[in-house]
Amino acid sequence: MIGRDLTKPARRVHRPGMGMRATTAGMMAVLGSVLAGGCISVTAPNEPIVIELNINIKQEVIYRLADDVRQNIEANPEIF
Amino acid sequence: MAMNRTLVALLPRALVGGFVLAGLAVAAPALAQRDPAYDAARQAGQVGEKMDGYLGVVGDQPAAVRDLVSNINIRRRANYAERAQAAQPPATLQEYAFTQGCILIARLENGLKYQTPDGGWETKNGTARRDPRCP
Repeated sequence: MIGRDLTKPARRVHRPGMGMRATTAGMMAVLGSVLAGGCISVTAPNEPIVIELNINIKQEVIYRLADDVRQNIEANPEIF
Repeated sequence: MAMNRTLVALLPRALVGGFVLAGLAVAAPALAQRDPAYDAARQAGQVGEKMDGYLGVVGDQPAAVRDLVSNINIRRRANYAERAQAAQPPATLQEYAFTQGCILIARLENGLKYQTPDGGWETKNGTARRDPRCP
């Protein structure tokens, strides 16, 4: 009982505020990681990622558009 | 008398025909034609028709030629986008552009450059080597 009374105040005298500093540092670390966590947001795209290759163009579509592109040459000779 | 009647009957037709011809003669120069610099680059083999419907620079060419090509390609892209959307049913820009490439290469005059399916440049001489899907 006496021992406790003697050591407790002695600690307080020699390490003032150390526990506080450690707690503050810990809180800062937690706060920092929470804030950082709040800033990073990963959102998945709504549309599927499409790699456009000529291989995807179907022949039936090309045949359907053939007349239109022929007319386009006559209509806009300056760009062809 | 019969002769006269025929003449009278034919006169309006002849007049209309004349007007149509005159109209064509007036309209032809008004139609925008290829820019002379573009035509010269084409003839010189500095530019060629690509499979994707756009113009390509053949090898190393001066900045003027590269600029000319990108200018025309910007206009082509806008034109393709508009026509692809107007098509029934609408097509994608790539589909329209690719089809345009097929037809442009098929119609290219001999001696001009075009891109073959293997990606290289070739000088047109008769039938072009095109993508098997081309009409």
